Amino acid sequence: MQVTITVNGQQYTHDVEPRMLLVHYLRDVLNLTGTHVGCDTSQCGACTVLMNGKAVKSCTIFAVEADGAEITTIEGLAKDGQLHPVQEGFWEMHGLQCGYCTPGMIMTAVDLLQRNPNPTEEEIRHGIEGNICRCTGYQNIVKAIQYAAEKMRASARA
Amino acid sequence: MAVTKLFGASVKRREDPRLITGHGNFTDHIRLPGMLAMAIKRSPHAHARIVRIDTSKAKAMPGVVAVYTGQDLVDKLGPVPCAWLVPDSDLKVPTYRAVAVDKVRYVGDAVAVVVAENRYIAEDAADAIEVEYEVLPAVVDQEKAAQPGAPQLYDDVPNNIAFHWKLHAGDFDAAWNQAEVRLTQRLINHRLIPTAMEPRGAVASYNPSTGELTVWCTSQNPHIHRLLFSAVTGLPETKIRVIATDVGGGFGSKIPMYAGELIASAISRDLGRPIKWVETRRENYVATIHGRDHIQYVELAAKRDGTITGLRVKAYANMGAYLSTAAPGVPTWLFGLILAGPYTIPVIHVDVYGVLTNTTPTDAYRGAGRPEATYLLERMIDLLARELNMDPAEVRRKNFIPKEKFPYTTPTGLVYDSGDYEAALNRALELVDYQALRREQEELRKQGRYLGIGFSTYVEVCGLAPSQAAGAMGFQGGLWESATVRVHPTGKVTVFTGSNPHGQGEETTFAQIVADELGVPFEDVEIIHGDTGMVPFGMGTYGSRSLAVGGTAIVMATRKIKEKAAKIAAHLLEVAPEDLAFENGRFFVKGAPDRGMTFQEVALNAYLAWKMPEGVTPGLEETYFHDPSNNTFPFGCHICVVEVDPDTGSVTFRKYVAVDDVGNVVNPMIVDGQVHGGIAQGLAQAVYEFAAYDENGQLLSATMSDYALPKASMLPSFTVDRTVTPTPVNPLGAKGAGETGTIAATPAVANAIIDALAPFGIKHLDIPLTPQRIWQAVREARGH
Repeated sequence: MQVTITVNGQQYTHDVEPRMLLVHYLRDVLNLTGTHVGCDTSQCGACTVLMNGKAVKSCTIFAVEADGAEITTIEGLAKDGQLHPVQEGFWEMHGLQCGYCTPGMIMTAVDLLQRNPNPTEEEIRHGIEGNICRCTGYQNIVKAIQYAAEKMRASARA
Repeated sequence: MAVTKLFGASVKRREDPRLITGHGNFTDHIRLPGMLAMAIKRSPHAHARIVRIDTSKAKAMPGVVAVYTGQDLVDKLGPVPCAWLVPDSDLKVPTYRAVAVDKVRYVGDAVAVVVAENRYIAEDAADAIEVEYEVLPAVVDQEKAAQPGAPQLYDDVPNNIAFHWKLHAGDFDAAWNQAEVRLTQRLINHRLIPTAMEPRGAVASYNPSTGELTVWCTSQNPHIHRLLFSAVTGLPETKIRVIATDVGGGFGSKIPMYAGELIASAISRDLGRPIKWVETRRENYVATIHGRDHIQYVELAAKRDGTITGLRVKAYANMGAYLSTAAPGVPTWLFGLILAGPYTIPVIHVDVYGVLTNTTPTDAYRGAGRPEATYLLERMIDLLARELNMDPAEVRRKNFIPKEKFPYTTPTGLVYDSGDYEAALNRALELVDYQALRREQEELRKQGRYLGIGFSTYVEVCGLAPSQAAGAMGFQGGLWESATVRVHPTGKVTVFTGSNPHGQGEETTFAQIVADELGVPFEDVEIIHGDTGMVPFGMGTYGSRSLAVGGTAIVMATRKIKEKAAKIAAHLLEVAPEDLAFENGRFFVKGAPDRGMTFQEVALNAYLAWKMPEGVTPGLEETYFHDPSNNTFPFGCHICVVEVDPDTGSVTFRKYVAVDDVGNVVNPMIVDGQVHGGIAQGLAQAVYEFAAYDENGQLLSATMSDYALPKASMLPSFTVDRTVTPTPVNPLGAKGAGETGTIAATPAVANAIIDALAPFGIKHLDIPLTPQRIWQAVREARGH
């Protein structure tokens, strides 16, 4: 089946098998390997991307379902060489160790802060429940998201 | 060493820019021209004879390139070796084939392999392979497996006992007979699944024209893997290159040599095409090692004043269906030697039975043996405190090895390098405001609310080394580490380390050390790891050894560099080397600081070689193989505070305080992160995680929806603090920080919950302390 998908601002048209998962389309067809696969059951969230602005697990969506959609992956988050505040927060607050869950975690955090620009610690912990990190114990991920929230609010005020 | 500006600074990690932008170099990202995808057909039975395999349907599918059974690979792959041959234990290493030939022995054992044009086709074809099995009775519980009449996994391993290891120090019978207090307890330290977020995998590429095999794989120790690839495939080491740059977590599970990586290599050689295999998460759960899984019988002898006089342990360790690479060493040396903990226990007897069962093999999982020992000790200390109606903190204090006794030799033969256990305990007590907490506990109990305070005071063995000890313990390798420091003509530096971080941030930490030592900018230091084609040799990253052993190798290599550079500089400045000083990256004449040259100028001259001192060769590069004189012994005190709801069994974490002593700290931010993650895994064993098998050997927790990994909402924030007792074992004074949290947290949490349940007369419950287990215990205690 033919699909036309806009990924990180660039439009692509490809013939894909109907059963091809969006994550495999991104990784294997577009070579955007920043979106990772960590489980087979939609638990880990390593494959999280934004679809039409909302966080989705790209292992749970067929490429054909994304026909006509706009996708943002981790590779499309930084603009003009400038890290997104959430990326910056992860670097500043040591929000990652092995880095495997990180792209998905960052995309989920971006979505969370769009919906709730000033989350409490509890809201952050609840908001990232769909993403599993095995290295950090989440404490510094929470701090990273708080850092980003503060920074984004400050720039919104400016 | 001199503490200068980068040593001790929370420098932001240089690994992060690539990882936060989606440009990591993980194995599954590798794509090679002509590459095929591989899928493994795995046994659905825990124990069965293979009667017949029909691959015809799979072979006929479009896009399928080849199908292999175990028989097809017998000539191409030797048995998967075990590399820790524990002596004096009557060890029997059963033959383990990467793909089963006649029998399968656990759910997940490989029975056939497909390679195809893409993974979708390969998985379809694997499904289309028909295997007829004669199902045999299975045994899952290690204690039952060791009894006469249990199903036998191997003809040449009677009663499934792969080894019986013992260490008897002192006269336990005398200690027991003279004891004023005698405690006996059966403890279960249940099975866990390491669950690195990146599943295991390999891209194997054999080049028929050169005879070289390159394997990108998920490895904590690429050089050890190269040796084992060589042994199993028959290719010489010189023709094998193993690359593992970014590895997405390991926790021990990426140490062993596994079937999948070997099969991909053999098939690549057979077909002359690159092969990619990446396991699914379910495969990871059934075919990558598990950890822990002990049944322990413990006897503790003590005086009424709380002094412990003897400890006897009989443990049944579940090894799974075959002996994984380092497996026999884990429940023996790594468990038994540390059973004194931080205490002056004069008599220790340990007997460990390593038992084969129809389950996934076990091996080193974060802490490896030391968590099993620490949980045992810390639980027994709390039972003793309860028996004597003493404060658990005071029983610990009473038995601590005093700080003036270091170096201290334990009855099990370890020599603890340094320690001040009471300082860590006192600091933790202060941080939780202990006396106020106990008062609050009293008050709340009157209101029918149940607060619990749990302790864990631990010692751990880190910096796994030295080689002589490794040899005596039957480890088939040394435990040193290598470093090569190459100074380029511009004065920029490349460091090749045999350590292989997979989340620990050593690209940053090591660069901090080198920048300090050589007085060069941090940005000028490049750290290369994880490539056997570039790094001379390496033993890898595990056992909290990278900084203590690998970091020291780097320090020693930089010192050789400085010695040579000083000779060259002295010659150019026309003074004797001993007349030179070196500060902030500049050599200068003592007493005449204007006469000098920068490290970069010396580097250039080393390569120009126009004017070298006599007997000094051109270039500026040094290699050092560092074999430490001893292990290091971090220690600490963790205190957990919980509230338990007796009506629902739910546990709320009020506070978690960790005071660790890991010696000198190069990068506090990174060490804090290690402690956080370690606590998360240890806490999860106490209340969440549990690898569950049914009696037929089916893994019930075989997906992430069934295995209770902690999510963000399931964990509290941790208060992390440190005392600093530098180790004299290495010039960095660093001990190791990777496993302390995991080792300490499980007993701290369990002790807190059981302390909360004390009013119900509950003295012990086996972990994991799930709401159901707590609720049931409270119900029984209330007489329902």
